Amino acid sequence: MSRQHSLSRRITMTTIAYLFAFMIFFPVLWMIITSFKSEIDAFALPPKFLFFHWTLENYITVQGRSNYPLFAANSVILAGGATLLGLLVGIPAAWAMAFAPTKNTKQILLWMLSTKMMPAVGVLMPIYWIFLKLHMLDTHIGLIVILFLGNLPIMIWMLYTYFKEIPVEILEAARMDGATRWKEIVFVLAPMAVPGIASTVLLNVILSWNEAFWTLNLTTTSAAPLTAFIASYSAPEGLFWAKLSAASTMAVAPILLLGWFSQKQLVRGLTFGAVK
Amino acid sequence: MGRIVLEKVRKAFAEVVVISGIDLVIEEGSFVVFVGPSGCGKSTLLRLIAGLEDNSGGKILIDGMDVTQAAPAKRGLSMVFQSYALYPHMNVAKNIGFGLKMAGMPREEIDRKVANAAAMLNLTDYLNRRPGQLSGGQRQRVAIGRAIVREPKAFLFDEPLSNLDAALRVQMRLEITRLHQSLKTTMIYVTHDQVEALTMADQIVVLNRGNIEQAGAPLELYERPKNLFVAKFIGSPTMNIISGATAARYGAPTIGIRPEHLKLSTTSGDWKAQVSIAEHLGSDTFLYVDADGIGPLTVRADGDFAVKPGDSLYLSPDPTRLHRFDDKGDAIR
Amino acid sequence: MATQETRLAARLLAAPSIGLLFVWMVVPLAITIYFSLLNYNLQTSVTTPFVGLSNYYYFLTDPAFLTSIMNTLLLVGAVLVITILGGLGMALLLDQPIWGQGFARIMVISPFFVMATVSALIWKNLMMHPVFGIFAWIASLFGAKPIDWFGDYPLTAIIIIVAWQWLPFAALILLTALQSFDQEQKDAAQMDGAPPIPFFFHILLPHLARPITVVILIETIFLLSIFAEIYVTTGGGPGLASTNLTFLIYQTALLQFDAGGAAAGGLIAVVLANIVAIFLTRLVGKNLEG
Repeated sequence: MSRQHSLSRRITMTTIAYLFAFMIFFPVLWMIITSFKSEIDAFALPPKFLFFHWTLENYITVQGRSNYPLFAANSVILAGGATLLGLLVGIPAAWAMAFAPTKNTKQILLWMLSTKMMPAVGVLMPIYWIFLKLHMLDTHIGLIVILFLGNLPIMIWMLYTYFKEIPVEILEAARMDGATRWKEIVFVLAPMAVPGIASTVLLNVILSWNEAFWTLNLTTTSAAPLTAFIASYSAPEGLFWAKLSAASTMAVAPILLLGWFSQKQLVRGLTFGAVK
Repeated sequence: MGRIVLEKVRKAFAEVVVISGIDLVIEEGSFVVFVGPSGCGKSTLLRLIAGLEDNSGGKILIDGMDVTQAAPAKRGLSMVFQSYALYPHMNVAKNIGFGLKMAGMPREEIDRKVANAAAMLNLTDYLNRRPGQLSGGQRQRVAIGRAIVREPKAFLFDEPLSNLDAALRVQMRLEITRLHQSLKTTMIYVTHDQVEALTMADQIVVLNRGNIEQAGAPLELYERPKNLFVAKFIGSPTMNIISGATAARYGAPTIGIRPEHLKLSTTSGDWKAQVSIAEHLGSDTFLYVDADGIGPLTVRADGDFAVKPGDSLYLSPDPTRLHRFDDKGDAIR
Repeated sequence: MATQETRLAARLLAAPSIGLLFVWMVVPLAITIYFSLLNYNLQTSVTTPFVGLSNYYYFLTDPAFLTSIMNTLLLVGAVLVITILGGLGMALLLDQPIWGQGFARIMVISPFFVMATVSALIWKNLMMHPVFGIFAWIASLFGAKPIDWFGDYPLTAIIIIVAWQWLPFAALILLTALQSFDQEQKDAAQMDGAPPIPFFFHILLPHLARPITVVILIETIFLLSIFAEIYVTTGGGPGLASTNLTFLIYQTALLQFDAGGAAAGGLIAVVLANIVAIFLTRLVGKNLEG
């Protein structure tokens, strides 16, 4: 289509686009604004959008009542651990599928993905029982394993789509140059696939951070991440919107900031190779 | 160093036979070109020698050692790929030195060898650039540099010039020939371009459907093609092939005559023909003619030959340059 | 095309993933099958060892089962339709020549980063509260009677929340696809004189087929097991109005303490998920060739 657009069209389009974008963003913004209100202002009718007494008291109260850094640290440990483990196991598997495919490779990939469709609740009891027997309830390692396994299919698939774009000749050149299999992956494949690995890491961190079924059902305190932190506010604080908003903002802030900074990279990866 | 022997080398992918039992001796220091149409198995044969594919049967010997089971890096060969296959995240120096680093060579020695190779290939000013910042010809030279530093027993080239434009291709062709003259290392070169084959090779191996049709020196293939396939594949423009009554008059089911071996005359000759297209290049004239009772023929004349489409002329094949083929397409000697 | 050694290495390197996922699938499944054949109550811990298929019989004949299946399908279907149509619209808007596209993208993608429990809490309270929520206030501006979302339209309310969470995903993937669209193809279409609407249906939409497939696949995987949104807002109610299969199993297990019944339900869910999976992977396998 023509590249010359009239100014008025540009203004109209920008206005409409921002209107809808703002509507999508509004609930998040409203949560953040409400977190700085007093409880009375939070319930004001008509709602107070900007002109109210801004306060940090909710954050102080929330921190005073529950130890936010502990939950946040658990979130970081769980998401980081699961992602690291995923890369360690997933990169070699994705290498194998991308560069030495067999006629079953596609089948295997789809099977992996189908394990992701199993409703977690269907196997909650056996997993709970196994964790009980292995004394893994409310431990970091137990949840890391669950999150890692839960996201592994998506990770492998994403890495696979990125690896497939790398010409196999370059890996063969490394083989001619005397690189062992391991060095080929570490020195040649991985550096070339940095963007793909980065998107994979991002998505995996986000999914692990926000996972709210296993983290709620398999933890109590010592390994409980921010999903559990917010869950503890949902029932009693339903009537205290400002505190609830503050706790919510604290729970999502780290991943929201990470996501904002890396959204371009992340979105490229989310297309799973469907966009060339 | 660098004598490569293939004994009954076979390759099949599942049920499809790509290379069907090839015997070939590549002498030390020679420049051998594998040539053939696409799908003839020439690249696969090169990859078998490189160790990037397994043989389905037969043996490969390098300097008398059986390397059939050896990993690519253990064969002491270097390869230049069609796409160059440079490591995009490493600069030129690191690209060239990667193989030496993998071999555990000390830093200073790597640097020295890389510098030498770079000087030889006019890459000294580009050592800190990444492949993405180089032109096609420079990338090609980096790929060659990467092959040279490892001081291999033989170089393998897989259609290395096919991604370059025509002018650069001629230049790189000369550089590779010059490189061979100075290094005197065995080189195996795969191409589908018979001009590259004729200009560079000591020995040409014409492959077709996984078989060697003929192997020999360029002029031998040009002058004495063993069969119709080689006759048609080697030489440009293609040899004229005539069968039927005309061929029978020359004592064979099929005869072939190269465009440059047809004598032209406006007044008299063996065959009468009408010009349909005339290409005047100054140095040569290519005529596409329709010969009475024979069909379309191509004729090449030295210098300019002044005719226009529609003109009539006469052609006389040079009897000493006439190729005769039997019913199976094999040359009659 | 590779050497035997490469293929062997590939098998070895793929083996851990395949093995782990296999164990992850089979072991819990086997235990679930075992549980499903028992009369196993978590509260009384009385185990009548073997009751055969009666757990399945009770779960399948429970009217709640059919309701929950319908709710699951409605939820997945409605969210897919809303996010793909809405996402496509948003993507087309953002692909226009606008100022500050980057900032608009950041606003649009934000819901994707918010954990399910938090989105559910924000929507339940700040947005959809029948008295103090934003929606109630907007309704009052127009003199309309505020809607009691979770009382009167619980499933619709949950669909809105979930669609809000997944719209960014669809919008940004489709935007990326639109931006990758070849300028020369646009030019060629213009030379051919294609007006905007045929251009959209005949040229743009086929180009989006693959990304849309990916959106359907990924969303379905996550939508089939929607849990936290229901848990936080309606608790499956009123009655069974917003109970999906996942939530029904959860209720059977942890509210009725019927481990055997829940296991049977879990297995039924697994079977249903696999039917969907087969259907989906067919679709995806076809669309993601090459």
